[in-house]
Parts: sequence; C-alpha cells; structure tokens
Amino acid sequence: MSKLGDITKLIRSKNAGPFLITFDVLFEDTATYTRVRDSGALTAETFARMYRTPIGDVEFSTYEAGLAIKATIPRKISSGDIGDPDIYGGQLYGPLVDIEIP
Amino acid sequence: MAVSTSPKRGAKLDEVRTIAPSGAIGAGFDEAAFWNMMERERPQFIGCDSGSTDPGPFALGSGTSHWGRIAYKRDLRIMMAAALKYDVPLLIGSAGTAGADPNLAWLRDIALEIAREDGHHFKLALIHAEQDRDYLKRRLREGRIKPLKPVMEISEELIDRCAHIVGMMGIEPFLAALEGGAQVVLAGRASDTSIFSAIPIREGLPPGLVWHAAKVLECGGASAVRTTAAGLDGMFARITKDYIEFEPVNPLLECSPVSVAAHTLYENRSPSALVEPSGTLDVSDAVYEAVNDRVVRVRGSRFIPAADYTIKLEGAEQIGYQTFVIGGIRDPGILRQFDSWLAEVKERAARRVNDIFSGNAPEYQVNFRVYGRDGVLGDMEPVNRLEGHEACVLIEAVAPAQDQASAIVHAYAHIALHHPIPQWSGLITTLAYPYAPSSIERGAIYRFNLNHVVLPDNPLEMFPIEFADV
Repeated sequence: MSKLGDITKLIRSKNAGPFLITFDVLFEDTATYTRVRDSGALTAETFARMYRTPIGDVEFSTYEAGLAIKATIPRKISSGDIGDPDIYGGQLYGPLVDIEIP
Repeated sequence: MAVSTSPKRGAKLDEVRTIAPSGAIGAGFDEAAFWNMMERERPQFIGCDSGSTDPGPFALGSGTSHWGRIAYKRDLRIMMAAALKYDVPLLIGSAGTAGADPNLAWLRDIALEIAREDGHHFKLALIHAEQDRDYLKRRLREGRIKPLKPVMEISEELIDRCAHIVGMMGIEPFLAALEGGAQVVLAGRASDTSIFSAIPIREGLPPGLVWHAAKVLECGGASAVRTTAAGLDGMFARITKDYIEFEPVNPLLECSPVSVAAHTLYENRSPSALVEPSGTLDVSDAVYEAVNDRVVRVRGSRFIPAADYTIKLEGAEQIGYQTFVIGGIRDPGILRQFDSWLAEVKERAARRVNDIFSGNAPEYQVNFRVYGRDGVLGDMEPVNRLEGHEACVLIEAVAPAQDQASAIVHAYAHIALHHPIPQWSGLITTLAYPYAPSSIERGAIYRFNLNHVVLPDNPLEMFPIEFADV
C-alpha cells in the first residue's frame, strides 16, 4: 500500500469556472499511472464518496498523454457565494493526498 | 535571424511567433528575460490575459480589478514599450479581471497614463464586453440564450438584478480592432485563448495547433516544469503549419512533453477537450516531443468547428453587505467541547439579534468558519472534528445593509467572547482577537448568477469597438 500523495508528481484542485471544481492527479511515470488507474482506489466513486457528490455528477477521465487522472464535480456553493470556503477551489484536493493505493 | 514582416500588413505568414510575458497582467514577470526573448525571436505580436473568474464574483459585481494598480502598471508599461519598439500589436483580453466597462476604463486610464509618461503614440482600440440588458432580454425571449451545465435559472428579472453582465468574446472582435489599425488592443471579457488565436487564425495556420498554442500561452509559463528557481513568468510559442513549439521565456524554466500535455487539464473540466465560441479544441491525438531540455514540439491537435457560434455570459448580482470577526481559541477545555459550546453561542446570539432589532430583524445569514475543523472544505470535509491545540474561528454576517451586518456579527462575537464552559466559574474571554477593531466591514458582496450562452447573429454584435489616436 502507498498513499496517493507519495507516488504522484502533483495532486491539485481548481475552479473550472465559478460552478465546477476540477481535480488533477499527475504521475511521474507510466507504471505508476497505470497502477493507480487500475487499482480501483481512485475512481468516480471515490470522488463521489469523498466529496459527497452524486455519482452521476462526477465527470471522471484518464489521460495517458499527460499521465493524469482527472475528475470534475459541481460546486455546492458557487465561487465566492455566501459560505464558500475556497474561492479558487485550490485546497479542496487535501483529502485525496492520503488515499491508500494497493 | 531574419526580422519578419509585422502581421499588421503584407502577405500571409508561414509561421507566427508570439509571446505571453505573463499569465496575468499584474502577476509580474522577469523583465530581462522578456526583452531577451523579444530580441531573439522577434514575436509578431504580444498577448496577455488580464482576467479570470477565479478571484470570485467581486471583480465583476463591483467593476474593480483583482490586482493592485501599481503592479498592473509596471507590467503593462513593459509590454507597451516592447510593442512600440518592435512595432507589433499588443493584445490584452479580459481587462481588469472581469472585463466589464468599469474594468476596461480602469485599464484604459492606466494605458493612457503610461503613454503620457513615456511619450508613446499609437492607435488604441477598446473592445467592450459589457452587455446591454435590453439586447439580452430580446435574445432570451427569442430562445437564443441557452443554459450550460450545471443549469441555472434565467429571467428578465434576473438580468435586471445583475450589477454587470459580460459576454466572453472570440477572436473576431480582436481581428476587427486590428483591421481598424489598432496597435494596442484592450479588450473587455474575452476567452483567454482568443487573445492568442486571432492573429494566427487570420494568417491561415491550422486551427487545432493555433487553439492548442493559445491554451498554453494564456497561462504564461504555467505549463513549464514546476521549479522554485523562478516564478510562473511567460511563454514563447512558434506556430507553424505542421507543429507548435513552446519555450518558457525565463531561462530558468523548462517545458517537458508531460508538463505541456498536462496543462490542457488545468482549470478545464475535460482533459482533452476545450470549448471555445467557434468550436472545440481536441488534443486527444496530440503528440508531444522534446526538442531540447527546454523546448517542446506538439503536433496532431485538432479543432472541431461548432454548429452554432456561442458567446458565454457571466453575471454577478449584489446579495448584501458583509462584516466579519476573526478570533483564535487556545483553551483546551473549549476546544474539547467546541461543537456544543458553539451551538449554545448560536442559540443565544440569535435571540440577541432579535432583541437588537426589536423583534423585526432583517433577513440575514451568519456563518462560522472553524479553521482546525472544517474551515477549508466546509460541508465536504471528511475529517470534520477539531484536532490540535488551537483553532481559528471566523464569524461573518450578511444583511441588506452594512450597519445591520455589523450589528449582527458583533452580537454573535460578543456572546461567543464570554460564553462559559462548565469547568470554569467566573467570567472568561474566549476569543483572541488579532485586530482592533475586531470586526472588518467587507462592503457589498456579490454572487455569480449566469451560466449561459447567447447565440448571436454574428461574432461582433455584442462587442462594440472604440478607436482612439493616443
């Protein structure tokens, strides 16, 4: 087992416009990218559960040329609206860092 | 290296070289590196994005810029000097963060001030992106305003409520400004990529390569391999009929095939598709190769023209006035029973507010942000318990008027400041205030309220252009 944050080059989150948050998980090499992609530990369901988002609202994709796994979810509160905790959406990736990858 | 014809005149170009000095005017860049690249490659135009919705709805709602004027002026001064020295166009998109009329006027005034101080003379174009409400209402009645996902409501009443509404222009208004003879083009809200796509598309270069280059350029050096040796800085691109090449302007930065490939992910919902007014960039077949340890060459990007030309709208409405108080807690006893302590505070404070307004309180919202528990993720935090030896509490109130918001937040904060826990007998003071006054009035606050596109009759009708001889 490894923690996702220990085997990735970069994990980040950011607004994709004011109404969506997008997460990027980037890898250093194809072997690790393939290992995580095929592990079943980082899937659309993972994002749905972790960010309490209906599975139908999670756009999940893998992108081999960029050695990247990506997910986009709708914001519950639009950027900057009352109660929004993160205007840029830049720190929402935090819980992903500690995901255990077999 | 031969100095090429400026794209303002002459025959079509086989290659277009362009430079984005920075990912955003006001964010700064290394001046020496920029001039070196200008001299070495002689880019045929300079482009820079000036806007974003990232900083939230305030810039659009209030018509003010996110970056400070001094930083903005420094960056713009260098870009203007280079454009005039090398006699090439300077294209700036999304003026003053939001690109509404007050943002554009703010940027125009800075440009005119620089021109006066530095003795520059040029033809200026201002492209407006602020939208006429009657025009939008007519398009709405015609069924030519469509929702994007996530779907939000729109009505004529909502259009009237907006403080400002902008349309996000494509390449056509930039080309019309250049056609009119402008050398410095200051545009209101524009798609970030249109700034860099306009001239290469006009020159007949392949749209897939052009839009891909533009997507990388609009963030300046953000697609370089990350390093602490330099800031984000700028990006140079060479766009040809067969490929594009990227090279970071700052010699301390490098592009790698993976760093460039990964950039299409950034701030974009899909890894391989990027939607523009006139179509979609598809990079799923793009091939990335290293030319050397700093330069990356890309081929194979495609552009799929859209059936309908669409202009995305952005709107912001005022939702009230806000005041907040910030304080810290270090008492282990309070921290151990924080949630029940806070619930008691909220209950007592709600009654106090009712008393202050003699039972006739305005509609208001109070929000507690508890850093150390779930301040960063809010409702999405999976570890929503308080851990650690201290916590930060931010109490904010929103009400129809500033004095109401301030009265409400002080009621909450004062009750919290002295609310007891059972361990202690006698008066305690629970919040460490770092500021006097403890409350900070934030003024009017706003909400983004449009996620729609307009189907115009033509790409120019929403974007009037003004010319001026400076």
